[in-house]
Amino acid sequence: MAQYAVLIYAHDSAHAPDATPEDLASCDRHADELADSGSMVVAYALTPRDMATSIRGDIITDGPFIDSKEVVAGFYVIEAPDLDAALAIARLNPVVSEGGGVEVRPVHSGGLAGRAEQPTA
Amino acid sequence: MTDRVTDGAAVEAAIADAHRREWARVLAATTRVARDLDLAEECVQEAYAAALRTWAGTGIPDSPAAWLTTTARRRAVDAIRRDASLRSRLPLLVEPGEADGAAGMLEPDAGTIPDERLRLIFTCCHPALAQEAQVALTLRLICGVPTADIARAFLVSEATVAARVTRAKKKISAARIPYRVPRPAELPDRLRAVLAVIHLLFTAGHTAPSGASLVRPDLVDRAMHLARMLAELMPDDTEVRGLHALLLVTDARRATRAGPDGRLVRLAEQDRSQWDRTALAEAREMIVGCLRAGPPGRYVLQAAIASLYAEAPSCDQTDWPQIVALYDKLLEAWPSPVVALNRAVPLAMAAGPEAALAEVEELERDGRLSGYHYLPAVKADLLSRLGRAAEAAACYRRALGLAANEPERAFLAEQLAEHTRPA
Repeated sequence: MAQYAVLIYAHDSAHAPDATPEDLASCDRHADELADSGSMVVAYALTPRDMATSIRGDIITDGPFIDSKEVVAGFYVIEAPDLDAALAIARLNPVVSEGGGVEVRPVHSGGLAGRAEQPTA
Repeated sequence: MTDRVTDGAAVEAAIADAHRREWARVLAATTRVARDLDLAEECVQEAYAAALRTWAGTGIPDSPAAWLTTTARRRAVDAIRRDASLRSRLPLLVEPGEADGAAGMLEPDAGTIPDERLRLIFTCCHPALAQEAQVALTLRLICGVPTADIARAFLVSEATVAARVTRAKKKISAARIPYRVPRPAELPDRLRAVLAVIHLLFTAGHTAPSGASLVRPDLVDRAMHLARMLAELMPDDTEVRGLHALLLVTDARRATRAGPDGRLVRLAEQDRSQWDRTALAEAREMIVGCLRAGPPGRYVLQAAIASLYAEAPSCDQTDWPQIVALYDKLLEAWPSPVVALNRAVPLAMAAGPEAALAEVEELERDGRLSGYHYLPAVKADLLSRLGRAAEAAACYRRALGLAANEPERAFLAEQLAEHTRPA
């Protein structure tokens, strides 16, 4: 088995600080499916682009690093035997049929640095 | 070893033949054992070199492919045994569900070498690879074309091709692109990529995108070889047969598309008696079979159109309305502006240049074909037929500015001169 990171690209993240459970329903459902199937290793939903701050050289700016229609809205790591299997899982992400898309990248190495607790909301 | 031929020339000819015909089969089977494309390629190259030394003494084997495969696979096994660390250093090609089966393949039996070419074809044309990489890998790994020749065919540097191939191989192993034939559910999508690569090779050879000669016969022959191979391996797929038929029909006119001086000859002026009737008949039979099998796909329709053009005893006797009807179906199966432009040509014959011009102007406004030299060329021809010489000349000038193939440019320049000549 190998690990693949799935980067979610959307116009923006649905996970605003004041998002309602309805706003997040389709994301949550998909996350649950992946967790149930056993292929999900770890997942993070990110807050919207307005919350982003970028650093380039010694300049700090408001907003995402790349000025583009889409931002990385979140990412997760899945386990799959090969790229075809990983792509088959990744294409089920609801964002794919909602105008966004996903990027699948093989994971080289990494993991949690011994601090598994969730950030307190 | 029935043949005790030791004649050096005969051995060289047999090896060249085996290289052309069997490279893909040998490499595909060796890759199963090596589970690494570079190692497999190296072993296959060594096997061909060994054949040159051995066959002169022992005679040419009954099945050169089996001999080469056995030799290459033994070398792969030896290399792996010699350097066990090779195994841990390289991420191996993934073969789902067959990880434990590899042991059985370590001692290949020459009599029962399975045909693994489809695995190789689908791996080379995996959609996770850029199309230019798919093309380079296909020529390199399936056709065994040296990197330098690929570079020459596409007018890029050898270093560029080498880098493309290396990068693609690295991605195949690092991202774990599996070495297998796609499952039935994925097959239509995956096959589309394979057919697109073969078609691209053919069109790049049929009308070279740039350079001095209209046709690059080596690319055409490689594409034809691939189409035939795929049709053998997937005999039940109508689009595979459709592509094969399309290439046969199109290439049947090869000898007449350019004059002895290399100049472009238009369809209406081509010598139909020189067309390859055997190829046309073979294609026609395939097309009829495909059309009977169900709703035709893109390649079957393109082949049917090309075949109708070729079947007419003369240009005037072409069944233009039927060709337009097939184009309508093709536009449904494959809504592309290039198809719409091509449809304008028979439409002009069936419904008059005025009707065709309206469609071409519509396409012009659409803008997607703005860099495509055939658009102003087709428009110029229609304007010329309507007696609007000055506008035709302007379009020929635009087409000339966009075309890069020398015979095509010469043709356009000639047309331009004809339409700017004082009346």
